[in-house]
Amino acid sequence: MDLVVQGLVKAFRLLLSGDPEVLEITLLTLRVSGLATLISLFLGVPLGLYLAVARFRGRELVVGAVNTGMGLPPTVVGLWVSILLWRNGPLGMLGLMYTPTAIVIAQAVIALPVVTGLTMAAVQQLSPKLRLQVLALGASPLQFWWIILREVRFGILAAVMAGLGSVISEVGASMAVGGNVRGYTRVLTTAIVLEVSKGNFDMALALGFVLMVLTYSITYALTIVQQRRRRW
Amino acid sequence: MKKYLIFALCVLATAALFGCTPKAQPQSNSPTEESSSKEPVPPVSAPAGNKDVILATTTSTQDSGLLDVLIPLFEQKTGYRVKTVAVGTGQALAMGERGEADVLLVHAPEAEKKVVVSGAAINRRLVMHNDFIIVGPKEDPAKIKGSRSTVEAFQKIAKAKALFISRGDDSGTNKKELELWKAAQIEPKGSWYQESGTGMGQTLTIASEKGGYTLTDRATYLALKKNLSLVILLEGDKSLLNVYHVMQVNPEKFPRVNAAGGKAFADFMVDPETQKVIASFGKDKFGEPLFFPDAGKPDIY
Repeated sequence: MDLVVQGLVKAFRLLLSGDPEVLEITLLTLRVSGLATLISLFLGVPLGLYLAVARFRGRELVVGAVNTGMGLPPTVVGLWVSILLWRNGPLGMLGLMYTPTAIVIAQAVIALPVVTGLTMAAVQQLSPKLRLQVLALGASPLQFWWIILREVRFGILAAVMAGLGSVISEVGASMAVGGNVRGYTRVLTTAIVLEVSKGNFDMALALGFVLMVLTYSITYALTIVQQRRRRW
Repeated sequence: MKKYLIFALCVLATAALFGCTPKAQPQSNSPTEESSSKEPVPPVSAPAGNKDVILATTTSTQDSGLLDVLIPLFEQKTGYRVKTVAVGTGQALAMGERGEADVLLVHAPEAEKKVVVSGAAINRRLVMHNDFIIVGPKEDPAKIKGSRSTVEAFQKIAKAKALFISRGDDSGTNKKELELWKAAQIEPKGSWYQESGTGMGQTLTIASEKGGYTLTDRATYLALKKNLSLVILLEGDKSLLNVYHVMQVNPEKFPRVNAAGGKAFADFMVDPETQKVIASFGKDKFGEPLFFPDAGKPDIY
């Protein structure tokens, strides 16, 4: 238990002293996971809306794939993205391996099914009568989608939180495609792994606290928004 | 209504942009800045073109903290940025064989030679050594303390079926360990022989928690000693030497390799000044050096 106390004390010191390296790692984590979540939103929300409403052959296959993808193992994503980005891989000429951009790509892939799946589920919980009503009132396609989007906004917020939560906490993909390069691609989770293998458990715990405080703060802000108009 | 959604997006966007510190400097002691402000001497070889050097190396050089000292020095001297990928020697060599790294710092002489023969790596040079040690619980259930050789110690462990934790990850240490079992004419198998599949630090922790024996490099052991209930039970045997070489990945075979950067790092590792830093590394913290510089000595490994 001493270790936990030491870790907490160290975490407070780190936060208060504004250790430049920890600050840099924290900012990079925010930047990378934030961008990845944004990208997954721009792709996943339209995809989720479409999958919820569209009727086409093989839809169940796609939906099943999305639902499976919600549990996509980050290490597997990391491996695939590595193979694509390696110097001698198909996208090698971009020189993206071991850069923050590579982590953003991998994390966006991880968050995409989460955002898509939760958006889709949120739409499907709406009363089917809404669709008829909106169309009967003569809404244009654009208006139709806008109304649906408005109705599921809280569900989408849940998707944002789940997506961000899944990427900010993953380590397998960041390690594989980022390489945990000091001062460049080291994020909080990979830094924690390194400190553990160096035997600096107090530092690892401290970074863990920083990560959790960070995630909680963001999620809390989003939750405030989500819960403002609760009906239950 | 949509205000909320937009607000939420803004929270996320600021989170993302907040992190966008202008050109996050590679390290607290950024090479260019330092050289311009403190060092009057211009960088030895200003990197033209690609300034990123990918170094594939073993976990021991990173976990012991040696690279945290050497890499800032190198970056400051040359202006290159080193991307260290610390993995097991097996994976580091595989990266070299695929041309995914520019320079390799590894410790498995036999496996290294194969990579050189295959043409994937060139200019293999001796850098430093330390030694492997056998550590285990103080009680020493297999009574290996006082063994005359590693082979004898390994035979005793196998005979007593005392718990042994192997790296099991094709790292340099793992290769060495398998070599030693072979020399002892034992095929390690059974519930007493467990493979952790992790790096040296993690494996030491597991051995410590489970009260098992393991083979480790001295540097990682000393660096982690404060958290371990393991003691050194065998050391000093000739077969326990742990030798590190640096090699450049062959740019003729892999055109995308940063040839100049790889060479600069390899040259840096055997440079007399660097060798001095290696010799003194760890003395203040552990009372003894973790690595012994060897550059320029006859390479008999």
